[in-house]
Amino acid sequence: MSETNGHHEKKRLTNPPPTVDIKIQRREKPDAAAHWETFEIPYRKNLNVISALMEIRKNPVMKDGRPTTPPVWDMSCLEQVCGICTMVIDGRVRQSCSALVDDLLLASGGNTISLKPMSKFPNVRDLRVDRSRMFDHLKQVHAWVELDGTHDLGPGPRMSQETVHERYAYSRCMTCGCCLEACPQYHDGNYVGPQAIVQARLFNMHPSGKMNRDERLEGLMQEDGITNCGNAQNCVQGCPMSIPITRAIYETNREVLIHGLFGWLRK
Amino acid sequence: MASNGLKIAIVGGGLAGLAAAMKIAEQGHDVDMISVVPVKRSHSVCAQGGINGAVNTKGEGDSTFKHFDDTVYVGDFLANQKPVKQMCEMAPQIIYLFDRMGVPFSRTQEGLLDFRRFGGTLHHRTAFAGASTGQQLLYALDEQVRKYESAGKVNKFEGWEMLSLILDDHQVCRGLIAMNLQTLELKAFNADAVIMATGGPGMVFGKSTNSQTCTGSAVSACYQQGAKYANGEFIQVHPTSIPGEDKLRLMSESARGEGGRVWVPRDPQDKRAPKDIPDAERNYFLEEKYPAYGNLVPRDIATREIFQVCIEGGGVNGENQVYLDLTHIPAAVLTEKLGAILEIYEMFVGDDPRYVPMRIFPGVHYSMGGLWVDFEQRTNIPGLFAAGECDYSIHGANRLGANSLVSCVYGGFVAAPSAIDYAKNVERKNTATNGIHAGELKRQQEINSQIIKNEGKENQYQLHEELGKVMTDNVTVVRYNDRLKATDEKITELQDRFKRISINDSNLWATQAVPHARQLWNMLELARVITLGALNRDESRGAHYKPDFPERNDEKFLKTTIAEWSAESPVLSYEAVEIGLIEPRKRDYSSGKKAKAAGAQEAKDAGLPLKEGGATQFVAEGFEQKPENTDRQNIVNQKDAQIKDGESFLEIHENDKS
Repeated sequence: MSETNGHHEKKRLTNPPPTVDIKIQRREKPDAAAHWETFEIPYRKNLNVISALMEIRKNPVMKDGRPTTPPVWDMSCLEQVCGICTMVIDGRVRQSCSALVDDLLLASGGNTISLKPMSKFPNVRDLRVDRSRMFDHLKQVHAWVELDGTHDLGPGPRMSQETVHERYAYSRCMTCGCCLEACPQYHDGNYVGPQAIVQARLFNMHPSGKMNRDERLEGLMQEDGITNCGNAQNCVQGCPMSIPITRAIYETNREVLIHGLFGWLRK
Repeated sequence: MASNGLKIAIVGGGLAGLAAAMKIAEQGHDVDMISVVPVKRSHSVCAQGGINGAVNTKGEGDSTFKHFDDTVYVGDFLANQKPVKQMCEMAPQIIYLFDRMGVPFSRTQEGLLDFRRFGGTLHHRTAFAGASTGQQLLYALDEQVRKYESAGKVNKFEGWEMLSLILDDHQVCRGLIAMNLQTLELKAFNADAVIMATGGPGMVFGKSTNSQTCTGSAVSACYQQGAKYANGEFIQVHPTSIPGEDKLRLMSESARGEGGRVWVPRDPQDKRAPKDIPDAERNYFLEEKYPAYGNLVPRDIATREIFQVCIEGGGVNGENQVYLDLTHIPAAVLTEKLGAILEIYEMFVGDDPRYVPMRIFPGVHYSMGGLWVDFEQRTNIPGLFAAGECDYSIHGANRLGANSLVSCVYGGFVAAPSAIDYAKNVERKNTATNGIHAGELKRQQEINSQIIKNEGKENQYQLHEELGKVMTDNVTVVRYNDRLKATDEKITELQDRFKRISINDSNLWATQAVPHARQLWNMLELARVITLGALNRDESRGAHYKPDFPERNDEKFLKTTIAEWSAESPVLSYEAVEIGLIEPRKRDYSSGKKAKAAGAQEAKDAGLPLKEGGATQFVAEGFEQKPENTDRQNIVNQKDAQIKDGESFLEIHENDKS
């Protein structure tokens, strides 16, 4: 939301079509070929992509009248905070819960919306993908604080609100994969990618997290590490949580360089 | 890490489940964690406001006992007091632990944890991380558990859904059956103990503020196998949610705290844009009916009033929606104070609430009821434990804001040692070979086969919509016995029609149709527990309100409702509530008067209501912020209220005047 002096009336879909075509890329199972199916749903106000899919699921008949199987997709919170419903909508990767039909039609000028699964992850069926490798990458960079134990040891280290502010921004990453889908360097797990680097930065900034900084940096110095970043900066533009990803990459890159040059002196 | 031989299965990977997993793995035991979604995507991410813990960093004389009293009072005395007291005592330690894990809690200028005010208390008791505290706490536990996963102590089964418990001949829980949501493969998970941590059942009501995964399905399966379900009828409905085609999204109470006004056009069919409707043709029904409280009446009252207006056809366009209007407040002020929540509204509805009134409606939000547990989080089935929203133990008849996160972690932290203790001592039979696993696996496989084979005319999504509608209409805010009876009949009709559903999906790979059908049946069973619990409770208490029985009846109903499954119908019984520390007193929001901040201090000094009686104090939820809006104050002044410009907006109640 931008600061404005006056109200910029949101551009509205003033003349909505009676029906909306939803074009879905289908795939029966991982090794099957993909194909497109088009569904027609009656237009209603306040539709988002999820409610359009729910409508299709209830009665899976294509626009040409042929019955088909209900499309499969993932959804959970529907508030753009769990990250599960991410897909490629009209060519742009984003969460389908916050993709409003009115806005999509307005942007395209037509009455068709196309839905595809993310392309950088194994496609399970239809719009569902398997992003488990993103969680594996979090293991690789030791994205946690080492505790002495979970018993009561009093409060944690003091911190300035300024530091908290920066860490909070990194900590909002919901592992949705938009940055990886947008990244031209990321293919088939060849690169840990922006999300894992951001998490390494999150914990390297923490006073106790810092004590295991070297493990995280070494996790980023492997073949699939931070040097794969091509500085295209697509990640930061594609991030639905507005995380300053490139800043985290820059800071971490600096740490990795210093660690690479001088880290052996401390061993 | 070497295994010491105990294996505990945890169902659900939200805050409660992860809290338990971390504690168990730390003790060196093995955990199988079963979750329908990757645990980092669990519903705990949706919690926004914060987590309560009385650390008294503001020098206000707060104490864990005051937290305890606030919790019990808001819950209308239906909670057993011992676990509530324990939770409140553990709460500061829980917050400190999360601080050590690296949660980016907001800070004071000294770099200490900052705390904010929340409903139902006079104290700054709520730690918060921006407006996404639940997300931050969940991630912290997810990270700790990932560490144990790397070390081989926690084995995650993400994308698996629990279908049933494995019970031996003596009704002892020996593990569970879960289904792989891609392959539909069924697998028996042997375990020395099972902890349920599956969250709430919001999907029973069709649309709610809950995530799509909050079906209550696994808990319902436990109930159908003999676990007691307690206080099912207590469902918290939040007054302001954003109605959506797919779900109801929460609109925080702070919108009204900042001066938001609730209204409807006097003519429901008024087609004009809201800004074109003059004041005289608007019905500010909360301000009219509650001149002293106005839009900041407590949550349950606001919910009831909004609901009633809409049920009578008075909502905007005659639909289930009223305006929550902030447009009289300067846009820059709104951006500064409410930016994050207004963005959510704008993102999903498309209107900018700084210029267009929001359309809101009460939404099912939280279940106070759940699996019955004792004070060690043990259910009545030996070997089965429960923690978090899926157990009933903490919140009584109504939940205090910012207590949900702390109760999840507390539940997990108690369930873990309790389950370990049980697992160490349980007599182990050679259960893997005595056929009970295979028997249960076969039973579940047959249910799946039957669902896949059915070729009836009924549509399961249609049935779910009908269930959600009948439950929302009749078993939420205002409850009448004749409608509750009719609702139960409708549910049994839906159960009958369920037998004629066709799954409509010839591709069984990763199909969502079979899991949904399983969930739907379990939701129907749970819906009966909620409905009949409400029917039987002829009183009004907390979130449960019957106009025909408007008073709380402690003599008959200061009791926990217990539902046990039978083939015909839930069997209800009642259990006394443990009230050893704070004697029940009337929960009264109507007799309060406005007072200055100084008055609040006096009340605070007056001390806490204990068994001996004495002056009590209470701040209605949302009263912590003074409205910016002068229009509103004019109205309040006209109504002879005692707010003066520049003074705090605190509400003090005097109960137990005798």
